[in-house]
Amino acid sequence: MAQLEQAQAAVDPTFHLVEADDHDHETGGATLLGFWIYLMSDALIFAALFATFGVLSTSYAGGPSPREIFELPLVALNTAILLVSSITYGFAMLAMERGAVRTTQAWLAVTGLLGASFVGIELFEFGALIAEGATPQRSGFLSGFFTLVGTHGLHVTVGIIWIVVMLVQIGQRGLIPANKRRLLCLSMFWHFLDVVWIGVFSFVYLLGMLR
Amino acid sequence: MPESSIFKTIFGRLTWESFPVHEPILLVTFLVVALLGIGIVAAVTKYRLWGWLWREWFTTVDHKKIGIMYIILGIIMLLRGFADALMMRAQQAVAFGASEGYLPPHHFDQVFTAHGTIMIFFVAIPLVSGIINFVMPLQIGARDVAFPFLNSLSLWLTVAGALLVMVSLFVGEFSTAGWLNYVPVANLQNSPGTGPDYYLWALQIAGLGTTLSAINMVTTIIKMRAPGMTMMKMPVFTWTALCSQVLAVAIFPALTGAFALLMLDRYIGTNFFTNDLGGNPMMYWNLVWIWGHPEVYVLVLPVFGIYSEITSTFTGKRLFGYSSMVYATVVITILSYLVWLHHFFTMGSGASVNSFFGIATMVISIPTGAKIFNWLFTMYRGSIRFELPMMWVVAFMLTFVVGGMTGVMLAIPPADFVLHNSLFLVAHFHNVIIGGVVFGLFAGMQYWFPKAFGFRLDDFWGKIAFWGWVIGYWVAWTPIYIVGLMGTTRRVNHFDDPTLQPWFVVAAIGAVIIGIGILGFVMQIAVSIKNRDKLRDVTGDPWDGRTLEWSTSSPPPAYNFAFTPRVHDLDAWYDMKQRGYRRPQGGYRPIHMPRNTGTGVILSGLALVLGFAMVWYIWWLAALAFVALIATAIGHTFNYNRDYFIPAGDVERQEGERDRLLPAEA
Amino acid sequence: MLQHMFRSASRLKVLAAVPLLLLATACDRVVFDPAGDVARQQRDIIYISTGLMLLIIVPVMVLIVVFAWRYRRGKGGTYDPNFDHSTALELVIWSVPLLIIIVLGALTWSSTHLLDPFRPLNQVATDQEAKAQVEAPLRVQVVSMDWKWLFIYPEQGIATVNELVLPVGRQVRFDITSTNMMNTFYAPTMAGMIYAMPGMQSTLHAVLDRPVESQGYSGNYSGHGFSHMRFKLRGVDDAQFGQWVAAARGSGKALDLATYMELVKPSERVPVMHFAAVGPDLFRRILERCVEPGKPCMSEIMAHDRQAGGGHPHEMRPGAGMPQGRDSAPLHGDKPEGAIFKSPEERGSGPNVTKPANPSRAPGVTRPGDQKNRDMSAVMPMAHPSAQPAANA
Repeated sequence: MAQLEQAQAAVDPTFHLVEADDHDHETGGATLLGFWIYLMSDALIFAALFATFGVLSTSYAGGPSPREIFELPLVALNTAILLVSSITYGFAMLAMERGAVRTTQAWLAVTGLLGASFVGIELFEFGALIAEGATPQRSGFLSGFFTLVGTHGLHVTVGIIWIVVMLVQIGQRGLIPANKRRLLCLSMFWHFLDVVWIGVFSFVYLLGMLR
Repeated sequence: MPESSIFKTIFGRLTWESFPVHEPILLVTFLVVALLGIGIVAAVTKYRLWGWLWREWFTTVDHKKIGIMYIILGIIMLLRGFADALMMRAQQAVAFGASEGYLPPHHFDQVFTAHGTIMIFFVAIPLVSGIINFVMPLQIGARDVAFPFLNSLSLWLTVAGALLVMVSLFVGEFSTAGWLNYVPVANLQNSPGTGPDYYLWALQIAGLGTTLSAINMVTTIIKMRAPGMTMMKMPVFTWTALCSQVLAVAIFPALTGAFALLMLDRYIGTNFFTNDLGGNPMMYWNLVWIWGHPEVYVLVLPVFGIYSEITSTFTGKRLFGYSSMVYATVVITILSYLVWLHHFFTMGSGASVNSFFGIATMVISIPTGAKIFNWLFTMYRGSIRFELPMMWVVAFMLTFVVGGMTGVMLAIPPADFVLHNSLFLVAHFHNVIIGGVVFGLFAGMQYWFPKAFGFRLDDFWGKIAFWGWVIGYWVAWTPIYIVGLMGTTRRVNHFDDPTLQPWFVVAAIGAVIIGIGILGFVMQIAVSIKNRDKLRDVTGDPWDGRTLEWSTSSPPPAYNFAFTPRVHDLDAWYDMKQRGYRRPQGGYRPIHMPRNTGTGVILSGLALVLGFAMVWYIWWLAALAFVALIATAIGHTFNYNRDYFIPAGDVERQEGERDRLLPAEA
Repeated sequence: MLQHMFRSASRLKVLAAVPLLLLATACDRVVFDPAGDVARQQRDIIYISTGLMLLIIVPVMVLIVVFAWRYRRGKGGTYDPNFDHSTALELVIWSVPLLIIIVLGALTWSSTHLLDPFRPLNQVATDQEAKAQVEAPLRVQVVSMDWKWLFIYPEQGIATVNELVLPVGRQVRFDITSTNMMNTFYAPTMAGMIYAMPGMQSTLHAVLDRPVESQGYSGNYSGHGFSHMRFKLRGVDDAQFGQWVAAARGSGKALDLATYMELVKPSERVPVMHFAAVGPDLFRRILERCVEPGKPCMSEIMAHDRQAGGGHPHEMRPGAGMPQGRDSAPLHGDKPEGAIFKSPEERGSGPNVTKPANPSRAPGVTRPGDQKNRDMSAVMPMAHPSAQPAANA
């Protein structure tokens, strides 16, 4: 206390902060805001891809149309998996709030496995299409389809790697503030991918089947 | 080299043919660059500076040093880009009638592509980023940016992109498809060579850096302003930086997307921008111009901020119409997103679409005009000191209004039908970019140099630089406006009409005069470093400044401010001086700071290797670099030890040193 | 309305013309010396807009100099450090530019619609009174190739390369497309430019109102032969036009498939060529990218696409489902493979051909018309069997 008074004597509080505060370095709020801005820019990349797909969505170049190649039940299953994975991530966040390291890890692992099965099913779908000859090189429509869906799948893959990294880091250091912050960012990322997927599902698959 | 499969697997398409050993222009350039490089490496080794460079500069996360390195990158690349400009001017000054000039079309095409690419992506963007990086945190009273490591990564990614462009000079070749790498020229079947690949990889790497940097700056401005600095008390430069960087976050994804799709076209043969199989080349034009037009404002808005700061300081007045300046900036930010189609009125989108985009473009001139008036009325009833920064401002105002006028002319679609892609257009955008952005960057460098290094810049050489640029600009570009009005189009490497030649000769002379200006600037820095003791400024406030950056010492300590300032008024430092502010004499506390890291350099180096390997189809190396990149990035997240405290004693020592140097306070 | 505006703004025109004409005297200033009504109206718009803007630009520039001089430190101007706001001034600085932009916006809206290149002209020449009767436009089909211009006169049944001859006083409708690159079709004495795009058709209506010898070119960079992608533009009277058509018809060589396939290969500095006959369908097939035998036309592909699944569901081959005889892959369906699918041998080399190592052995000389020439300097002028010196050149 004496020290603070001394500080105030030397420093004019009209023009300076004198109390010890952590104003000037990265805080959790800044990280979350920054990550949110990054997600917005990522959303714009998806917007560009959606727009591109929109332009090319009927350019079959004599090749297959969506109705001929899409397996809607499989995609519906995939959608369900991803939506459930968002819920399980929510459980992980609840466990994190309680400070339950083991439970958090368990829910994260479940989320990661669901994500992996999502990517697996998507790869299976891609593989079947390519085997049939409906390759991305075949038409503008297929280029746009593989790129849009594939970019989303790539994001999910990154999310899975991130989950694995977080599992290790939580194991090493527990739920320290830095790890909590990362889990919050990952949470935004994962839900963001869910939202994008809903767009992909309705805009690419459902609308494609209607054409 | 035998065309055996093992060689191809190891070296991809890299062969002896890839090196321009038969091209004297490139060979000489290579020798000069190599000698300079060897000289620098030798000097650094001789004076044992490698450790210092690594510890103090390459691995730094200090926003001030990162800003300075951005500016050094920008100036070096300016020399390269300007050399390209001189080559073009020389070619167009001689290539008439029977004379083919000295550059074959394929070389000329690379030169204009490289010139545009370098000047925008590796000169203007780094210089603007550099000044924002250096000045903005000081202006808002912060000790660093929100994400210091990301800042270092952004810088080094930009450097990696620039290096990849430079490598293309001596290994393989650069794109010939224009500064935005237009399809169909850049499609795989039309340009199977390495050029477009170099372009795409260099710009994706650098573009990632720019996006991350923009995210960082926006977060910093929103979250880290000193207490009391509300949005409407932010210095104008910070406002313009905020708008510019928000805009950058909003537009770079479109460019990244367009380039990524073109990469897919070239690397896996998709059909986004092809002529057949459902592709659509015009989509590329839309995507890159959705980026391209706002990009002009990403560059020019912070520069408007620089002009505002300088005008206010050197007239000794508050800025006239601060709030209308802020609203004008915000309006420009929004409108700039709605005008991209004016870059291709002639594509035939129909009269109503064209009119909409034409009128939207003209509307931008209203807030821009308001800005000019605001600077004008800031000068009104001022007490103007014509130091170098202020001279640049006046030159800017006189030059820029002409560029604004020709811009509105181009925004009228029927007029654009005759002026589109003409040299009139080229003169217009050089008018706004040189007269607007470049003049402003020079003004800013003159203005903040004493803050960054603690001594002023030499006046004599500064005036040579100033007059060289200003006179050179008008001599070089007036004739280009004129031949443009005669219907001469751009990117032409040979003219049939000999009556045009005198104009191009005058333009070439103008380019040489600008060259004198550039040399003058380089000399100015060299002479100032030599005479630094004579030019020393110990007050930290050589221009009688008005914003917070002038309240700390020059150069500022690593922690910027021993105490976080508290802001009460718009011109915070002017306010402090008016109210009899006294420097604190003690009571220092330990200061929390981010720790240096070399990860940014390593990641960018790996990105450079990845880009090079992909350009040359060296798949094993690309895979290796990619895996290493991911591993390093993940490895970095395991480092939790990212900050430290500067002990109060160190702060006290540094501040005490400054107190000794300062003249006794009245 | 636009007409009225032009007249009432004639004083503005004088104001604008002074600096512009000072700049552009004593030269071959095609944009300011138009030979066609469209180009003249476009020039007038430049004059009017410049004049309108100078109304504000000139006072601003004067004020900048005056203020900079009058308020320099220590030279006696009033100093008022707190003068930073004035509602009246703010009103002026926002409203004056706004008013000018409103006027310019009105000019833009009306002129853009009037001068829309897709819109037929409702008058042939501004100053001529006899504008009531406008005959059906002459049709010319324009194809930009790498790197030359092909002009097809469908009504006359002839075609030319790099020469465009038009009858004076007759409206012309240009239908424009491209074989590969994007170019702009630009004849500055006649009218503004418009893009020539592969697989797409753009249209331009224009007229020449006096005899003229001029040049036209591409305004949009399209590869290394671009600089020499120029054509002669000649405006002649009806009788001369008839003679010229007859001369072209008499030149003997027809633009048949073999000749076209030779012509479409990349080449530069191509001399003027005349073709006596041309298939009526050629332009459509260039536009639809199916000149080459076996290639499906775009309209056929689109019809198939519209059925969306009408074909055999598991037939993915490019060209599948197309009419018989045209079911090979579309034009660039045989485009180069994506880089990552290339075997080591196929990767080739990434040469630096900034300057050919040995110009006399450059592929442009040894293998004219080779695809690789796109990447090479010094493609030799194309010596075409049917090359004829222009009749009146």
